[in-house]
Amino acid sequence: MTIRVKHLVPGLLMLAAIGTAVISPRPGYTQSTPPSGSQPQVKQYKSPKGAQTEDEGQRVFAQNCSRCHNAPESFSPRISGTIVRHMRVRANLSEHDVQVLLRFLNP
Amino acid sequence: MLLQNADGQATHPLQGPINFAIMELHNFTRRGARALRLSSLVVGILALGTGHLAGAQDTPLLSGGVGFFTNTPGGNTSAYPVLEPLAAVPVGPHLLIESRAVLLETWSPNGQGGYDHTHFIGLTYLQGDYVASPHLTAVVGSYLLPFGTYNERLSPIWIGNFQDGPLIASLGLLSTGTGLGGQLRGNAISRAKYSIDYATWFSARSANSQFSAERSFGGRSSLYLPEQRLEVGLSYDRSLQNTQENFYGMHVWWEPKDTNFRLRSEFARGHHPQGYWIEADYRTAAFGGLDSFVGRFEPLFRMQQTFRRDTIVSDGLPLVNTQRADFGLNYNLPHNVRILTSYTRQFSSSSNENIWETGIVYRFLFPAWRGK
Repeated sequence: MTIRVKHLVPGLLMLAAIGTAVISPRPGYTQSTPPSGSQPQVKQYKSPKGAQTEDEGQRVFAQNCSRCHNAPESFSPRISGTIVRHMRVRANLSEHDVQVLLRFLNP
Repeated sequence: MLLQNADGQATHPLQGPINFAIMELHNFTRRGARALRLSSLVVGILALGTGHLAGAQDTPLLSGGVGFFTNTPGGNTSAYPVLEPLAAVPVGPHLLIESRAVLLETWSPNGQGGYDHTHFIGLTYLQGDYVASPHLTAVVGSYLLPFGTYNERLSPIWIGNFQDGPLIASLGLLSTGTGLGGQLRGNAISRAKYSIDYATWFSARSANSQFSAERSFGGRSSLYLPEQRLEVGLSYDRSLQNTQENFYGMHVWWEPKDTNFRLRSEFARGHHPQGYWIEADYRTAAFGGLDSFVGRFEPLFRMQQTFRRDTIVSDGLPLVNTQRADFGLNYNLPHNVRILTSYTRQFSSSSNENIWETGIVYRFLFPAWRGK
């Protein structure tokens, strides 16, 4: 097996990253600080009575959308309904999850 | 199968998000005019949707990914610029028309010191989704076969962690990965502690270059436990033309709660081969969060094996038992850009091989119309 020197650099970087991930303590990750890209920035304002719905929407989003892919950083609120429709079919979302997700994306 | 030579080695190294496009490329060579007609059809559908907007949030959208990949098996580097657009058009309160296409250019070594160039344009799927009830959605058209998880969920270039798909990606997908006919799917039961979903289909035989499909039927059902973040699913399908064969699949996905770790796995079995893949990825928030320099790194590992009962070719798997370990390191740049790199070591009785892959993908998502 011959490995070119130039290929060693990404390999070493990868090993370093794996080592970092393994030896570093797990962060105190909570739902209020979702992973990057797991919560798209579409919200225009926060509904004063919608905190519970938002939490549930965030949960539904994390469980159903982030399971497969990183969410886009942001998108227009005008297509949020279309996105949810697409995901309803692709991810077999329940009616309840669809409604919660719509409210989450459009509080 | 189209992705193998007589030794059972993949003749085209890019088996991943665009693997079926490659297969189509080998199958059909004169489809430019048809593709243009189909693109006109898609534009027409977009216009139809813009005339029937159901609500302020239901503007038609254009999404997808554009990427540039290189693939180096055995020291020979090929390059693949890819554009994979997706359009979704809601029509009224219950109907959604969606389609995905692929535009692929390929430069690969011709063995004489130069490069051969090919290009491909084709529809990946074009389907109408009608939400009939909270538990039932009817899908009509050309659709991705819901067998296993890779084809429907991970094959878009802006989603897949690795540039190339699993070795067993074509197992159960009946040559083309798409069906032409109808599909019933939805969420059967949804409770706080568990949910069960299903998808079942029947496909007609079609030799049309854009909508090729095998006569078949099949389905998939999954159980999801939200508290454990665990999903377990079973798949089955049967080819109903020529030599009729059954295919079975099982997948297990697990995302431990409060971590940024994902574990995905899949097993598939056909009449002649079987195999599995296990993939893990992780991002750390320990050094300033996931948007920090370190947090944007995403180390990956995938292990896969295929086993053959005989060498009768009815699928896209290697003709000899093969083991493969993929080590990847992706970097998630701002603005929906990802850099993908990986090294693969493949072991088989015919030969061992190193495969180096690099790529960059930009994911776009915006309204297709100004809206209300």
